[in-house]
Amino acid sequence: MRKVVEGSYAIAQAVKCCDPDIISAYPITPQTHIVENLSQMVADGELKAEFITVDSEFSALSALVGSSAMGARSYSSTTSQGLALMYEVLYNVSGLRMPIVMTVANRAMGAPLNIWNDQQDSIGARDCGWIQLYAENVQEAMDLTPQAYKLAEDPDILTPVMVCMDGFILTHVYEPVEFLDHDKVKQFLPPFKPKITLDPAHPVTIGAFADPSTFTEYRYLQQDAQNKALGKIDTIAKEFKETFGRYYGGLIDTYRMEGADAAIVTLGSVIGTIKDALDEMWAEGKKVGLVKVRSYRPFPVKALRDSLKDVSSIAVIEKDVSIGNEAGLTTDLKAAFYNTGMKTPIIGFTAGLGGRDITLKDIKKAGDKALAAAKGPEAEFEFLTLRKEIL
Amino acid sequence: MIQEQSLFAPGHRACAGCSMPTVVRLVLDATGPNVIVVSPTGCLEVTSTPFPESAWKVPWLHSLFENAAAVASGVETILKRQCKDTKVLVIGGDGSTFDIGMGSNSGMFERGHDIMYVCYDNEAYMNTGVQRSGSTPFCVHTTTTPSGEQSLGNPKPKKDMPAIAIAHHVPYVATASVAFPVDLRRKVKRAAELRGTSYLQINAPCITGWTFETGSTIEISRLAVETGLYPLFEFVNGKLADVKKIRPRPVTDYLKAQGRYRHLFKAPGGKEAIAAIQAIADENIANYGLAQE
Repeated sequence: MRKVVEGSYAIAQAVKCCDPDIISAYPITPQTHIVENLSQMVADGELKAEFITVDSEFSALSALVGSSAMGARSYSSTTSQGLALMYEVLYNVSGLRMPIVMTVANRAMGAPLNIWNDQQDSIGARDCGWIQLYAENVQEAMDLTPQAYKLAEDPDILTPVMVCMDGFILTHVYEPVEFLDHDKVKQFLPPFKPKITLDPAHPVTIGAFADPSTFTEYRYLQQDAQNKALGKIDTIAKEFKETFGRYYGGLIDTYRMEGADAAIVTLGSVIGTIKDALDEMWAEGKKVGLVKVRSYRPFPVKALRDSLKDVSSIAVIEKDVSIGNEAGLTTDLKAAFYNTGMKTPIIGFTAGLGGRDITLKDIKKAGDKALAAAKGPEAEFEFLTLRKEIL
Repeated sequence: MIQEQSLFAPGHRACAGCSMPTVVRLVLDATGPNVIVVSPTGCLEVTSTPFPESAWKVPWLHSLFENAAAVASGVETILKRQCKDTKVLVIGGDGSTFDIGMGSNSGMFERGHDIMYVCYDNEAYMNTGVQRSGSTPFCVHTTTTPSGEQSLGNPKPKKDMPAIAIAHHVPYVATASVAFPVDLRRKVKRAAELRGTSYLQINAPCITGWTFETGSTIEISRLAVETGLYPLFEFVNGKLADVKKIRPRPVTDYLKAQGRYRHLFKAPGGKEAIAAIQAIADENIANYGLAQE
């Protein structure tokens, strides 16, 4: 069924098809429409889930620690300051190996207060042990939801997943989407049956403390699960394609990389605009391709090395900045190449901060700089759309 | 008094003379095994669950310092969804209960989950080395409210946590003491039978934080009650339903037995401080009608 709906409604529909036992969330712009829609579905009896209204994002995710320990399929959604307030719980959920799925409606981090889109929130949470998948459009964010549960609940993975979608740009846009079929999702995503739950008939201790003799091994097992997820993400994406006919690439996707001289690497909704900009550049004889990062954690080192091995220069466009260094994806991409001996210049651009539009012109500027960087980069890292006149 | 086959096993690492394991044993004796316990970070967590060991013979979950009430809310919601009659217990210290977990507690109280919240109240952050908490009484020496030339210890009285629970319309709110196990178990049973949230605050002396003789833990808690400084009461649906009657003893009997009040017997202004503490006890005795007729 194809319908024009708001992005948030599409996500709520996708969550509903996953049959969560419990939703626990705290309202924050631009995530609100997702949880409002879910609340209405519960109120209408359309979605047979528990909905806990809590006192904060911190408690929202904490309640899911309890429900997940009970073996319940658990869902939340948040953004920005809310994600930051969850920070402590993020590590807890991943450390306790709880397969919670959370939609992050990406938004800037204050101060100054700003409710608009960038990706500082989730990129800043990259080390918390969660898998992070980034959607290009509403359909992909929707389709990633059941895939995220399948991945998270895989006994070899047991790791929480953030499905990241740009706030407003995707959460509030109305666009045509193909709705998920509930029965087909049921086949694709079997019920969650964890081995260990809280049960008085079989008492277990969950959340014991680990001293230096065991803590490293806990972390190693999380790292190992993320490494295994590198393989599973594409497998699950292909299984999804078999059932639903849609495929977006596995860990990464590419566009116009065949014969490209330079490449732009990015994540999220800006990809649509970049594709248009690249079409125009190719028409002008400027051969710039695109690599879309779908999985930021686990970071697809091998897939990126393979896809970028033939270009002479690379530009990263991303909506975050590691204040005091460059930006997350730029650093990670450089690190991925360091031990290969590959000396392709990589320049980083931060753009679209706090909701500023990234235009075709901006992207072409980055593309031109990328092409020019083949002779050696002008700058390592820069703000792509800086208004120097107001500084 | 304590059942031989406890659901809280020996071999935990609590200090000799610590009242906390006794509290836990008494609580679990009264509830029986059909419970799920959620504990915040604190002495109880670190002394009872050093991986791969655990003292818990009931299901037990720990997440963070300030989220036990929210975690328990998630557990209880799913139990209800599964139509199970297992009781959810939070057992945590006063730091997590009075201070850092207040937001989560308020949410749990307000939503009215079927959860029994037990606070073992040792009146400071003992796990991190005796720093002041919102539960620390007036003039207590802690490592962050030390007595000194310019200080008589903690400058503020204890936060009235039961009143905060009552203000949330928590249907059953009671205080208890490790020195009165029959009373404590009765209160736990009552809270366990109730369908709804209950809050139990249990006076639990800490040997290292309060500094007293190892063998006098129970005696110290008894004195807290018998001086009127730790009134034992039950509020049912917001109304005072019962109190433990006492023959009030002077607060000095209680204060002089503990190192945390030692400075009051030496420092200038100590006499006035002791009088102020006596006034707190007198007010409790009057407010709750504690004095035996």
